[in-house]
Amino acid sequence: MTTLPATTDRKLGLVIDLDTCVGCHACVIACKGWNTQNYGAPLADADAYGAEPVGAFLNRVHSFEVQPGDGPAQIVHFPKSCLHCDDAPCVTVCPTGASYKRAEDGIVLVNEDDCIGCGLCAWACPYGAREQDPVEKVMKKCTLCVDRIYNDTLPPEDREPACVRTCPTGARHFGDLADPESAVSRLVAERGGFDLMPEQGTAPVNKYLPPRDRDTLDVLAPLLPPVDEGPKGFLGWLDRTLERI
Amino acid sequence: MSEPGIDLTPGTGDRVAKTTCYMCACRCGIDVHLKDTAGGPRVAYIEGNRDHPVNRGVLCAKGSAGIMQHLSPARLRTPLRRTGPRGSGRFEPIGWDEALATVAGRLSHLRATVPEKLAFFTGRDQSQSFTGFWAQAFGTPNYAAHGGFCSVNMAAAGIYTIGGAFWEFGQPDWDRTKLLMIFGVAEDHDSNPIKMGLGKLKARGARVIGVNPIRTGYNAIADDWIGLTPGSDGLFILSLVHCLLKAGKVDLDYLARYTDAAVLVDEDPASPTHGLLMRTEGGAKTVIDRRTGKPAAFDAPGVRPDLAGRMRRAGTTHRSVFQHIAERYLSDAYAPEAVAGRTGIAPDRIRAVAAELARVAFDEAIELPRPWTDFRGERHETMIGRPVSFHAMRGISAHSNGFQTCRALHLLQILLGTVDVPGGFRFKPPYPKPAEAHPRPHCGVVPGQPLDGPHLGYPQGPDDLCLRDDGSPARIDKAFTWENPLSAHGMMHMVISNAHAGDPYPIDTLMLYMANMAWNSSMNTAAVMDMLTDRDADGAYVIPNVIVADSYASEMVAYADIVLPDTTYLERHDCISLLDRPISEADMAADAIRWPVVAPDRDVRPFQSVLIDLGARLGLPGFVTEDGGPRYADYADYMVNHERRPGIGPLAGWRTGETGIAHGRGMPNGAQIDEYIRHGGFWTAHIPDNAAYYKPWNAAYQDWAVATGLQDKPTPYAFNLYCEPLRRFQLAAEGKGRRQPPDHLRERIKATHDPLPIWYPPLGDGHADPAEYDVHALTQRPMAMYHSWGGQNAWLRQIHGMNPLYVPTRIWDRHGFAEGDWARLVSPSGEMTVPVAHMAALNPDTVWTWNAIGKRRGAWALDADAPEATKGYLLNHLIHELLPPRGDGLRWANSDPITGQAAWFDLRVRIEKVPAASVSHPVLSAQTSPVPPAPRNVAFEMPG
Amino acid sequence: MHPAPSLIAFSTLSGLGLGLLAMLGLGLAPVAGLTGLVFFALAFALAGGGLLSSALHLGHPERALKAFTQWRSSWLSREAWLAVTALAVMATYAALAILAGIVVPPLGGLGAALSLGTVFATAMIYAQLRTVPRWHHWSTPALFLGYAIAGGTLLSGHVGPAAILLAAMSAAQIAAWVAGDARLAASGTDIATATGLGGRGAVRLFEPPHTGGNYLTHEMVFRVARRHAVKLRVIALLLAFAVPVAFLLLPFGHILAALAVLSHAAGVAVQRWLFFAEAEHVVGFYYGRRLP
Ligand SMILES: Nc1nc2c(c(=O)[nH]1)N[C@H]1C(S)=C(S)[C@@H](COP(=O)(O)OP(=O)(O)OC[C@H]3O[C@@H](n4cnc5c(=O)[nH]c(N)nc54)[C@H](O)[C@@H]3O)O[C@H]1N2
Ligand SMILES: Nc1nc2c(c(=O)[nH]1)N[C@H]1C(S)=C(S)[C@@H](COP(=O)(O)OP(=O)(O)OC[C@H]3O[C@@H](n4cnc5c(=O)[nH]c(N)nc54)[C@H](O)[C@@H]3O)O[C@H]1N2
Ligand code: SF4
Ligand code: SF4
Ligand code: SF4
Ligand code: SF4
Ligand code: SF4
Ligand SMILES: [Mo]
Repeated sequence: MTTLPATTDRKLGLVIDLDTCVGCHACVIACKGWNTQNYGAPLADADAYGAEPVGAFLNRVHSFEVQPGDGPAQIVHFPKSCLHCDDAPCVTVCPTGASYKRAEDGIVLVNEDDCIGCGLCAWACPYGAREQDPVEKVMKKCTLCVDRIYNDTLPPEDREPACVRTCPTGARHFGDLADPESAVSRLVAERGGFDLMPEQGTAPVNKYLPPRDRDTLDVLAPLLPPVDEGPKGFLGWLDRTLERI
Repeated sequence: MSEPGIDLTPGTGDRVAKTTCYMCACRCGIDVHLKDTAGGPRVAYIEGNRDHPVNRGVLCAKGSAGIMQHLSPARLRTPLRRTGPRGSGRFEPIGWDEALATVAGRLSHLRATVPEKLAFFTGRDQSQSFTGFWAQAFGTPNYAAHGGFCSVNMAAAGIYTIGGAFWEFGQPDWDRTKLLMIFGVAEDHDSNPIKMGLGKLKARGARVIGVNPIRTGYNAIADDWIGLTPGSDGLFILSLVHCLLKAGKVDLDYLARYTDAAVLVDEDPASPTHGLLMRTEGGAKTVIDRRTGKPAAFDAPGVRPDLAGRMRRAGTTHRSVFQHIAERYLSDAYAPEAVAGRTGIAPDRIRAVAAELARVAFDEAIELPRPWTDFRGERHETMIGRPVSFHAMRGISAHSNGFQTCRALHLLQILLGTVDVPGGFRFKPPYPKPAEAHPRPHCGVVPGQPLDGPHLGYPQGPDDLCLRDDGSPARIDKAFTWENPLSAHGMMHMVISNAHAGDPYPIDTLMLYMANMAWNSSMNTAAVMDMLTDRDADGAYVIPNVIVADSYASEMVAYADIVLPDTTYLERHDCISLLDRPISEADMAADAIRWPVVAPDRDVRPFQSVLIDLGARLGLPGFVTEDGGPRYADYADYMVNHERRPGIGPLAGWRTGETGIAHGRGMPNGAQIDEYIRHGGFWTAHIPDNAAYYKPWNAAYQDWAVATGLQDKPTPYAFNLYCEPLRRFQLAAEGKGRRQPPDHLRERIKATHDPLPIWYPPLGDGHADPAEYDVHALTQRPMAMYHSWGGQNAWLRQIHGMNPLYVPTRIWDRHGFAEGDWARLVSPSGEMTVPVAHMAALNPDTVWTWNAIGKRRGAWALDADAPEATKGYLLNHLIHELLPPRGDGLRWANSDPITGQAAWFDLRVRIEKVPAASVSHPVLSAQTSPVPPAPRNVAFEMPG
Repeated sequence: MHPAPSLIAFSTLSGLGLGLLAMLGLGLAPVAGLTGLVFFALAFALAGGGLLSSALHLGHPERALKAFTQWRSSWLSREAWLAVTALAVMATYAALAILAGIVVPPLGGLGAALSLGTVFATAMIYAQLRTVPRWHHWSTPALFLGYAIAGGTLLSGHVGPAAILLAAMSAAQIAAWVAGDARLAASGTDIATATGLGGRGAVRLFEPPHTGGNYLTHEMVFRVARRHAVKLRVIALLLAFAVPVAFLLLPFGHILAALAVLSHAAGVAVQRWLFFAEAEHVVGFYYGRRLP
């Protein structure tokens, strides 16, 4: 299983809009809740009420600060989960075959029954998308909610990842990135979606949409001309204008 | 090799119960997936209810983490009686019979003798129409909820000006607005709706301008960031007003038709009505009718109010409000150049913002083909929209100049003609509702009798103040006094310190519900803890009895003499009522319920039901039947059968009409709660299209509101650019009128109670030396944490387990800070040592931290060395409820002088680098936990 | 990376043990009689103990057998195969040599190759990781092999060659450190490519996703202070090379030899600690700042 499929029929993945994400962590917790009850072992929290709580999460939201050469600094909230890479190094390093990429849709999964918890796949992932469960000691990662998207016990509109369903701003989009006509592919094309760490050669499926340019107002705005600079100017103007109404 | 078979279709549970989230006050609809286990149904998973008007299926981090709150190890298990000294946290379990008998015994004595000696204050609950009703029946004037320290400036300024407020009572027209300007919002009560709305704007590429000293969250995604100096928004806004007026970019038609801009003001300094509005015999506001040039009632049919109106009558000049506005704000004092220094915003940027507001409001105006008829009977073929919207929250209201700043923002909205129009700001039912239509405050106490009316309300002038015959405050929190006449929500943050000082009088029992007053909802927290434990000469506690109703082992619980343990939000009935803070959206009236989707596994009771029980034991009117028996079995019974006015109850949906089910108005329906449950836990009534905008003046809306039971008769009104109640207080301060303020307050009232929006520096700046305390210190709500109660949540506390102080680049460099450093923060009232972190996207004179992450050791079932207790801290320790003494021998509250709003964000500090510490200071003693220790690891999966 | 004691012990001990096995296999150390027994015992103890301790690093050691399945693609799987076959071949070789007194050089040669192959595979587990630019280089297996051979030579008591190899290794190690220090910067991965925000300005982490640690910060975002690292490098060089060489240059004695070996082993352990501790994983760009 460790070898990667040459191609996958579909490339299911997420498109994350950095222009829109407010950093609310809703996707983080929705993911935790769903995946605690479903696929594999529950996502555990060690020392849950103690001094050093460490839990397994499949999706985390970082915040970066960008200081442009001119203009004020910006904050960009940055959600990150597995990018379901086409050239997933996490899969090829796995000694047991527990890690694999599905040929039909490209989803990268861990078969927990086969995982020995060696951690190598987490080392191989440049994105920090894999975390070992602190209690069950098997590798955990985003499943792309494989147990939701094909789940016919759910109403059709709910067959999308938990993080996408919950995102209050709609910053997360799910779809088939192999299909150039899909909504996600079009978004990527329109908004200049990009890869994280392209030089790592992982060929991620998930794409990120860049924040739009910030602080452009001063440049754009034509200034307001005064109505009348004369001494009784404003009231004069008021009278004239009221006449016209 | 073949891929392993995986279960692609796991069931999420055996059943879904639809109820309302209560991880915060936003009231989203939730689908609670339940699994049936041997021990009964258990909660397995919570997700958003797609049909729900508030959240449309989305859920925030807190909402999704509800399961961990519901299972928190900090849940109280049983009623408790204090055994150790106050604050120690040592208790013994007692049964409900004993707890209720003790409380009822105490209260019945108070009610018969001195009802005001019970102070009953509630925090983040959502049943204030019920708790207020109970307190009124009890007869104490000392009741309020947390609004006074929360955002009463916003609420009051909105209601006095436009008859509604931002907060969660109105919202931008998310589908149509093209420019949103958002002031001082980190999260707000409308947490999910705002995020959903921002998402809509982003999807359309509409522009968002964030005004906030800190650029995180909503401000991070704003296209433009105005990182102004805290407390200076009023100046910034009035400078925008200046620019717009100068350019004539104001909506004259809207101003004339729908606002008091054309109403005439008495300008004779000698007149007893100097500065008041001219009225007709019938009491209507008077304008000059442009058709005739003669005075006329503002609302008379056919009248064309003249914005340039003026007249002399009996030797007195009267000029329109609008001329006063023009005169004031065209002044160079409000020119961008004049305000740049104080606001920290360059003149060009101010002009650019003004130009953009004008461009979008007037050049991109929209028109909906929806005919409507206004209150003068005039028919309009379309609805004109100015697609500029504003939203604001505590960033402008939690300052001591907040009321006037909020008013300034409403002035700006109105000048642009963008309130309740397409693309603008929209009211949510039961708003619009002007101040005049709200009750006025009541404080008439007679032992053994109910209070003479509702506690809280909107005073119209000195006559409505809550003063005793000797002029002293009637309420323990001194709300509705000359110190803060329009304290429409009360002043909860003053209760403990006033009760401790016996000023205006000592009390006997402090009953708190859902408020962590010994911790994050108090200013000056450490001192408040001392006040709660302070004893008199006889060794008795200065505040003799403290009763706390809480669900969790909070910091406040440790200071209780009796603890009444509440359920979690999934284990009780709640009523999110139109009488209260409903879940309406701009297009609909809506209310909702919570209901017990699982039964408690502890000896706890819903506090509302406990109040009903106490009400019956005390024989309170409204809580007993004619024969003296209990009137309601529990809160659910009250929700269904209580009638506030005939036909109007806590829940508007599925009432009983003449011919069957009726909505809005109707007799109680025994099956009402079942109907709510069947319909997803909520009820909605859509506003007809032709009534959906221009609501204050729209005859169709007014009729709909009457039919729906929101109001008893049509009450169209004009927006109040001119706040006449303020002028009445000013007049009194000038020596006119029956009730007179104490002398020491005259100058302050004259200066601050201006009927037109003004800006003055935060009052604290006149008490603390701004040069010595040169840094502004703020807090923000973290989106993934709710005040103190999120800290017990195993999932959320990993996101925010401690809170560094964020320091802007200039201060960071000046002090040579590096990663991992600690700083001492000193305010005029205290000091603390905290970890620092660098942030460039921050106003250069401001430091800040996340709110309410710090915890007292031993609270919330957390380990004593939990980061919340070691590295986390509360900025509240530095914020005093009183301003530093100024040598005048007076106690000046750290509050807005108009509303009494707690001025959390006026805080000034100085900062210095100190050697790295391992724990943040002050270090407070630990409390004993009244609940069993928490489990070490959590790996929670419901058995299938 | 977090320098896990089990991994340090594993790579230090198994490297030495496999190096000695290679020597034994090649007949460069005494294979017969009591001396042979002692040497084999030492070699197996080191190599076997190291491999066992590596199993301690596993979350599910009881499933370790599954690790043999993916030899086609996984270096870890290959390492498992190589280690087991190396030990098996060498055990046969040893048994024949000691019990039957029959030395089978081809078998020994095969065992030596497999032993060094195991070391190579171990090194490749690290060298294949593009995510750790410091490791992602041919010098990683070269160095591991060098250590194994030098250690094996030292253990097998070849004073002169050992001294020369140790001296050479110290130079190689210094060169590797110097080259390794520059590799992250040269890798092309930085916070700009990690976030894709580089085009907008200078990027830094503002807030990590959680205030506490997590598996990744514990495993991969370990940081060792620069000053600290230099000191440890000096200690590693002294213990692994300088002290043993000095001892070797003194008149030969068993005590001194033992001390030289212990010192070398300690030095290698320090070097391995640094190998992990200094390995900057690119995921660190997402966790740029640790809260106090
Ligand atoms: N520095 C600073 N301080 C602030 C603010 C600020 O901005 N900066 N903001 C202020 C504002 S606006 C507010 S509203 C306050 C909020 O402060 P509080 O009102 O004190 O809010 P919480 O900390 O959430 O505490 C509420 C209490 O309710 C209890 N509780 C939770 N759920 C239930 C329940 O179901 N039933 C019962 N009976 N109890 C329950 C909790 O255990 C807790 O003890 O903080 C204020 N304090
Ligand atoms: N997740 C979450 N949601 C909550 C709560 C919670 O605890 N957690 N609490 C609820 C409660 S009780 C309330 S009252 C609401 C409050 O909702 P918000 O008003 O959004 O609350 P704060 O976090 O106090 O936000 C104040 C904002 O004002 C900014 N600010 C401070 N001073 C100034 C100023 O002078 N000018 C401007 N323009 N901005 C300024 C601060 O930087 C901050 O961003 O949130 C509610 N929603
Ligand atoms: S839920 Fe959406 S907005 Fe919130 S952090 Fe996740 S992606 Fe961002
Ligand atoms: S993001 Fe990481 S875990 Fe996911 S497929 Fe790519 S390399 Fe593997
Ligand atoms: S931790 Fe599990 S999934 Fe990852 S490489 Fe090891 S065996 Fe494979
Ligand atoms: S797709 Fe599912 S598993 Fe992946 S991050 Fe989203 S919620 Fe978590
Ligand atoms: S905003 Fe979040 S916590 Fe508040 S009610 Fe909605 S889902 Fe619950
Ligand atoms: Mo609040």
